[in-house]
Amino acid sequence: MSADETGQQTGNRPEHGGKPAASDEQRLLAAAELGDGTQAPPAVPASAERLQPELREQQTVIQRIVTGNALVSVLAVVLALVAGGILIALTNEEVARTSSYFFARPQDMLIAAWTASSEAYIALFQGAVFNADGSTFTRMIYPLTQTLTVAAPLICAGLGVALAFRAGLFNIGAQGQIIIGATLAAWVGFSWHLPVGLHLLLVILAGIVGGALWGGLVGLLKAKTGAHEVIVSIMLNYVAINLVLYLLTIPAFQRPGSTNPISPQLDETAMYPPLFGDAFRLHWGFIVAILATAFAWWLLNRSTIGFELRAVGSNPHAARTAGISVTKGYVVVMVIAGALAGLAGTAQVAGTEQVLTAGVAASFGFDAITVALLGRSTPWGTFAAGVLFGAFRAGGVTMQTNTGTAIDIVLVVQSLIVLFIAAPPLVRAIFRLPEPGRLTAKPRKTASTGGAA
Amino acid sequence: MSTATATEPQQGSAPTDVVRNWKTPVILAVLSVLSLLVFAIGAPDNSVTFRLSATNDALVLPDIVLSAVVTGWVTAILMLAAAVWSFQLVRSGRKVPGWLVTVFAVLFIVAFLTWVVGSARTPNVALYGLLAGSFTLAVPLIFGSLSGVLCERSGVVNIAIEGQLLFGAFSAAVAGSLSGNAFVGLAAAAIGGVLVSAVLAVFSIKYIVNQVIVGVVLNVLVSGLTGFLFSTVLSSDPAKWNSPPRLPIISIPVLSDIPVLGPILFEQSVVGYLMYIALAVIYVGLFHTKWGLRTRAVGEHPKAADTLGVKVNRMRFMNVLLAGVVAGFGGAFFTLVLVSSFGRDMTAGQGYIALAALIFGRWNPLGAFFAALLFGFATNLQYVLSALGSTVPNQFLAMLPYVVTIFAVAGLVGRARPPAASGVPYIKG
Repeated sequence: MSADETGQQTGNRPEHGGKPAASDEQRLLAAAELGDGTQAPPAVPASAERLQPELREQQTVIQRIVTGNALVSVLAVVLALVAGGILIALTNEEVARTSSYFFARPQDMLIAAWTASSEAYIALFQGAVFNADGSTFTRMIYPLTQTLTVAAPLICAGLGVALAFRAGLFNIGAQGQIIIGATLAAWVGFSWHLPVGLHLLLVILAGIVGGALWGGLVGLLKAKTGAHEVIVSIMLNYVAINLVLYLLTIPAFQRPGSTNPISPQLDETAMYPPLFGDAFRLHWGFIVAILATAFAWWLLNRSTIGFELRAVGSNPHAARTAGISVTKGYVVVMVIAGALAGLAGTAQVAGTEQVLTAGVAASFGFDAITVALLGRSTPWGTFAAGVLFGAFRAGGVTMQTNTGTAIDIVLVVQSLIVLFIAAPPLVRAIFRLPEPGRLTAKPRKTASTGGAA
Repeated sequence: MSTATATEPQQGSAPTDVVRNWKTPVILAVLSVLSLLVFAIGAPDNSVTFRLSATNDALVLPDIVLSAVVTGWVTAILMLAAAVWSFQLVRSGRKVPGWLVTVFAVLFIVAFLTWVVGSARTPNVALYGLLAGSFTLAVPLIFGSLSGVLCERSGVVNIAIEGQLLFGAFSAAVAGSLSGNAFVGLAAAAIGGVLVSAVLAVFSIKYIVNQVIVGVVLNVLVSGLTGFLFSTVLSSDPAKWNSPPRLPIISIPVLSDIPVLGPILFEQSVVGYLMYIALAVIYVGLFHTKWGLRTRAVGEHPKAADTLGVKVNRMRFMNVLLAGVVAGFGGAFFTLVLVSSFGRDMTAGQGYIALAALIFGRWNPLGAFFAALLFGFATNLQYVLSALGSTVPNQFLAMLPYVVTIFAVAGLVGRARPPAASGVPYIKG
């Protein structure tokens, strides 16, 4: 995505100036839809006289976000990392010690601050991408596979949130959908005993059904009663977590002879096979995530349902006038979103965790929201964002064990990235970049892109 | 039901109002049949004692003793009657009156309480304790939803209530510990809430970032930031950083001696009394002052307000900051009243519940107040019942507030109407 954007930025924008090229126009169109999709959907369809100016306003906002090029995204990540680094340095004990004689020898404190933050980030990188200290090649690339393992559920759940965004729904319920999907998948996995292949298929199906049920419930209530989907999905999250807590207290979900709230391990036949052999934890769930992304892309951009969903998200009024059932759209998109989150749950129980516990969803459901936001609610954008957040999460663990930097810093960096990327004018102001589309700014702009490339 | 909702948004307003209300009779019917089956037919065969006052109160009221079977049947039949009547009302084209729904809700609560306490191991509950606990648990929710009211009424969606509460709690704990004075902590909580609000305002008003995005991201940011500082700074020396003094409980003479309600309402900490003040000020301010009129105008139709000379974005900015103060006080409740130390993610989703209470209360301060009380009640009921040894699994009791909300939002509140411009940035020109 970023390469695509850079190409566009260097290729099209300077020549055409303010007037977007055909591909840009398409992008803007998509962005306009996306804009409405990510906008908090009003509980009531907006009244007709209000819609037009509102749409125009949003388009200008989105235009700004989209013309914010890859450079802004890169700078946003840099800014977030710098802010995180400052935070790490501020709380470092060595820094605190050296700061007491800052005016006598300032370099001591600066060096300590640099060491503290760079060590943390190096550990993060080693835990997420490549560990050069590894003794064998396997050990060296192990972190990367860990990242992808963590990314799989993030991508699936993120896709669910992104799809709902595109239809104008704000799906906070991914957490509950993951939990219910995981519960059903795990139950099929450990209580049914079926041949290889069929079993895994049914486990995946169960995950999809579980998530789809929980998501569909939100869509149904929204469509039939007009209940605000934010409230309903939050409430269903709590219901789901309590439901799984309860299920884990009954013998059918516990290991024989044990009363611990943990399910039996899923059958071998029910689990995703490892992707690169037993040395890595990476499993076929990641391939499923790739397929899910391709499916979501196809659904949104090539299918009738996807067209209807985007229409509903862009302008429910116009969609209804065009003969698209808005209520059906809400139900359908929430069923699909739930199904995708259910896949995330399946990836957890049938791949990474291999058992069902109350913490099976970790915080994937909430991270999925930021993933979808960072991916700008496009399927492949979500995929990339999922991998990035997977890297942060996997690397964060290594960082915490190796340097003692609390893993919470990852949350700070992640949220700052999303904030900065959402506000290109702020990033431009900080780096003194010109506004996009301003012709006078042309020379400076090409220079800065060159620097980033 | 489905046809009604499908056609309703098309035609817009008045004529379809009557049709839409089929939902209420349906929900009432479902609930009354449910209570007939569970609370009446499945009633436990013993009597239930509700204690109204503690033995050392100034004025001791007698206990209420109800037979579970009789109460179950009486309430179930009354509820069925109400459901049937609401069907008839809707059929003849009239609306189901609000008081009928209220009476129904009260009957349902009485029936449920009698049934659930009756089937516990000790069918004896201190009603005053139950209510007092509910009220205590509701305080941060009320602050949170008042913060939401201030923001949304002026046209800014505030998903960041959770973040405001959490940062308020954190600031209160740190400032209170460092200064050794709970009131300094209280002031710091307000400042902490304002800081979160300021980020929300800058990003959503100045940089016109989608307000929901900013809200969600702010919650993550505050959770990460406080979690990080908690595990590095606060845990390194808890005595210095994380042991704030508690705010004293002040009981108002005479008023606190009123049976049942006195100890609940008038034996509060400063935060509790601040809550009354905030509620009253926001309610009166919003509906009876120039500021309130302007705030509502900015939230409903910013262009009209702008035309009349109201500075829309400045108004929104100020209100969002004010909302930060309110939510910050709510956060202080966690670390200065409830427990006296900060814990990681200690607000545990209360901000989202406050958001739900705000919508449940239809963007009205009083509505939000009662919705928050309901949540507090349901949460406390769960604690009380598990202490009584209820036969209902604990997890289902824990689900109660959330299921009630879903029912309420889907059935009784329905298509809630937020301020028209809530979530829509205002760009002049």
